[in-house]
Amino acid sequence: MNKPRELTEFGLPAVTEDQRYIGMSEPRHGARRLVQGLGTYLDDIELPRMAHVVFWRSPVAHAKILGVDAEAARKMPGVIGIFRGQDLAKICKPWVAVLGHLAGMKSAPQHPMALDRACWQGEPVVAVVAETRVQAEDALQLLDVQWESLPAALEMETALDPKTPVIHPELGDNLCFTRQLDTGGVDEAFSQAHVVAEETFYFGRHTGVTLEPRCQIADYNPAEHSLTVYHAQQAPHMMQDLYSRQFDIPESSIRVICKDVGGSFGIKVHAYPDDFATVALSILLCRPVKFVADRLESFVSDIHAREHRVKGKIAVSQSGEILAFEIDDLTGIGPYSMFPRTSAIEGNQVVNITGGPYKHKQYRANLKVVFLNKTPTCQYRGVGHPIACAITEGLVDKAARMLGIDPLDIRKKNVIPDDAYPYTAASGIKLEILSHEECLRKMERFADYRALREEQAQLRKQGIYRGLGLSTVIELTNPSAAFYGVGGARIASQDGATVRLDPKGGVTVLVSVGEQGQGAEGIYAQIAADAVGVSIAQVKIITGDTNVTPYGGGTWASRGAGIGGEAVLQAGLALRENILKLASAMLSRPITSLTIREGVVVDAETEAALLEFPELGRVGYFRSDTLPAGFTPELTVTRHYVQRDYPFIWTNGVQLSYVEVDPDTGMVKLLKHWAVEDCGRVINPMLVDEQMRGAIVQGIGGALYEECLYDESGQLRNGSLADYLVPMANEMPDIEVSHVQTPTKTSLLGAKGAGEAGTAGAPGAIMNAINDALAPFNASVTAQPFTPEKILKALGRI
Amino acid sequence: MTIKKSIQVTVNGERLNREIEPRTHLVDFLRESVGLKGSHLGCEHGVCGACTVRLNGQIVRGCLVLAVQADGGSVDTVEGLSRQGVLADLQEAFLKHNALQCGFCTPGMLMAAADVVQHNPRANRQQVREAISSNYCRCTGYHAIVDAICSVLAKRAQEVA
Repeated sequence: MNKPRELTEFGLPAVTEDQRYIGMSEPRHGARRLVQGLGTYLDDIELPRMAHVVFWRSPVAHAKILGVDAEAARKMPGVIGIFRGQDLAKICKPWVAVLGHLAGMKSAPQHPMALDRACWQGEPVVAVVAETRVQAEDALQLLDVQWESLPAALEMETALDPKTPVIHPELGDNLCFTRQLDTGGVDEAFSQAHVVAEETFYFGRHTGVTLEPRCQIADYNPAEHSLTVYHAQQAPHMMQDLYSRQFDIPESSIRVICKDVGGSFGIKVHAYPDDFATVALSILLCRPVKFVADRLESFVSDIHAREHRVKGKIAVSQSGEILAFEIDDLTGIGPYSMFPRTSAIEGNQVVNITGGPYKHKQYRANLKVVFLNKTPTCQYRGVGHPIACAITEGLVDKAARMLGIDPLDIRKKNVIPDDAYPYTAASGIKLEILSHEECLRKMERFADYRALREEQAQLRKQGIYRGLGLSTVIELTNPSAAFYGVGGARIASQDGATVRLDPKGGVTVLVSVGEQGQGAEGIYAQIAADAVGVSIAQVKIITGDTNVTPYGGGTWASRGAGIGGEAVLQAGLALRENILKLASAMLSRPITSLTIREGVVVDAETEAALLEFPELGRVGYFRSDTLPAGFTPELTVTRHYVQRDYPFIWTNGVQLSYVEVDPDTGMVKLLKHWAVEDCGRVINPMLVDEQMRGAIVQGIGGALYEECLYDESGQLRNGSLADYLVPMANEMPDIEVSHVQTPTKTSLLGAKGAGEAGTAGAPGAIMNAINDALAPFNASVTAQPFTPEKILKALGRI
Repeated sequence: MTIKKSIQVTVNGERLNREIEPRTHLVDFLRESVGLKGSHLGCEHGVCGACTVRLNGQIVRGCLVLAVQADGGSVDTVEGLSRQGVLADLQEAFLKHNALQCGFCTPGMLMAAADVVQHNPRANRQQVREAISSNYCRCTGYHAIVDAICSVLAKRAQEVA
């Protein structure tokens, strides 16, 4: 059960003098407005003279646009204007989404709306703007667009064949990016192996399905040549920079505001063509324009992810020692690399992460990222991790089965030992400090693994086929500039916090990392309360406004707690010092004789109350005449933090899935799921548990249900919430979460990220559990999602 | 499209007269004509449950019911039911268990949860899971939502006993 609790068992040293909130399951006080229906999501905002845009989107995968007859639509009530891509291209520069550190990567220039050619079903082609959404949709029905279908590249396996149309002839071929990695001794390792397990894994294309669709309001002010964009977005400063560059508006004249955001998961961290189109329309019309994607267009215009085919191989010695991994990853993206983070990162991550938990020395990887006439793909929660983890863990389990070793035991034998850090893995990634051994030991006890194995064996005699699936996980968090900055993308790896003592003794904190439900604002309040020394009720958190907060990267790559949290901690500690300096001046006592307890300056030895914060505020702000000459109170402090010691701070964990497979129907019943995770110092165990659970269920979605299914002409066949299956409560298991805490030494707080490990590990655990259940039939499945049909086929029943 | 119909609906206890297009869905009426933004649009085709409201005491999908069907009836939304009775208990439990993350599904989820508490007060954990399978949540994985609802059921059962 998800009972609020504290993590006292670990005995980590406190990071603040009087720690009351860090490490505790403090509820999120800011969530109260959301349970009362009083949040402010983007579509709740209405501005004077606000117009609404809807888009005519390409109905086919690849089309030549011959012409647009908008006369009938233009005459419809409320219609303000109808625009083509050429209209917007006059004021918005095209972009090419590549990164300098992904050598050889290429993509084609992309515009807010298609010019003469649409390259995927769903690409915006014509914008209809009207006074109301209903009027815009009515007019859209009368828009007459003439187009003809062009041959399309739709299958990644044939994307590079000479017969396949090249989507952008100027690029020469459909290859976006390729990468090879080879440690040199792979062939030798395989020749010495006692067993070699091989498998081909398929990962279905799926998408994020945030419940609140993508949406924004662009509000251009021609008098100031300034732009305000209300946006459901994860990275407001990134968007500020992009709007500035694409539209030639000074950075300081652009304000991006993110109020309540209804889920993000990476879907809302990209710059979509619709975003630039909406801004362009506001500039052209000199009035606010609102765009809210409906669910049907979300399916064809939100980024997709994970369409991969990976051939994998593992070499293992007779004693069960992993000697080498080899993978060949082919992944199909859209017709353009997505701006500005690019669509090559996911495949690149697969290369970096495969085999990551283990201490083998030899590794070879080959990656090809190919363009397709399908919805663009990009970073979605987990980014490559679920793929790398599933192939690694699937191969480990297959080798263990061939050797007759228990899956838990082979992992215990091969994980990088807890005392071996810092460690450079075979792929070259630098691991600061992980705890695989401790996590595996803990999982064994936590889930009572051996008892489950006995139960499984007993039930098998009764014709009940249950399976246990383990996955050992590493997760990339707290990125340095190595992720995007070094590649030329202007996405900050640093973040900042401003902490202010308010006159009545409250503390206001402005942070450059925002909130989309993860609980960032909640943990910032905990950290600030402890750092300054006040009750959490006295802390007010403000995020999501580029005019107000310090500059920063925002929410991605599980960085909110580790990067944003450290900035809040440092700013809070600095304010505490300044408060004590003011108290010292007011009391004429040495600063060393003073400390702070819950909003009161007290005697450091006796803890006798000396000065309450409201009195400090009164004197500091309104009676500075009473202070010593030359002393100025500094009751607002800003601090920034960036992680520079490692490219990334990796975390680790282990998951266990327990399933029952019905061999007659192919149905998989999820009985239970366990996770032991180590995200360093846990700031709020309840919130970390919930990050794990939500992420695990997203991983389960991809493993069992979710797939964007295309027909042979490139039409998305299941682009509605009725047809695209997402996990619902009835099918989901209870998920038990336990923690190991190995703080990073790169910050005082010691927190690493926790947002994506669940999604990283769940598909591999589910796959291994299903295949464990199917083992008596000598059957296995490796193509996600594992539908009943695929399982029955594997069993030879259909 | 410009033909309007006059309807009278009691929304959260307040009697309202409005002129609307007959094609207007109940949730659009609530959000746009009445200004109650607590009921959300997630799919607009009856699957996600984010627009769940109460119409004449029954929970309905605000995107599948037309506003004209509410003519002469009463509608209750999360804003009206908050801070009292079953919904208040559920709201506190949702906060305590962190049974919401982004909160976009929460108003609809609370309406579905209140329906379970009121009509199936002895529901067990699996029955709660079944009952809220009408409502999609992408953030939580449901576990904490089920915990929160079960805690309210247990608390109310104890109070009755």
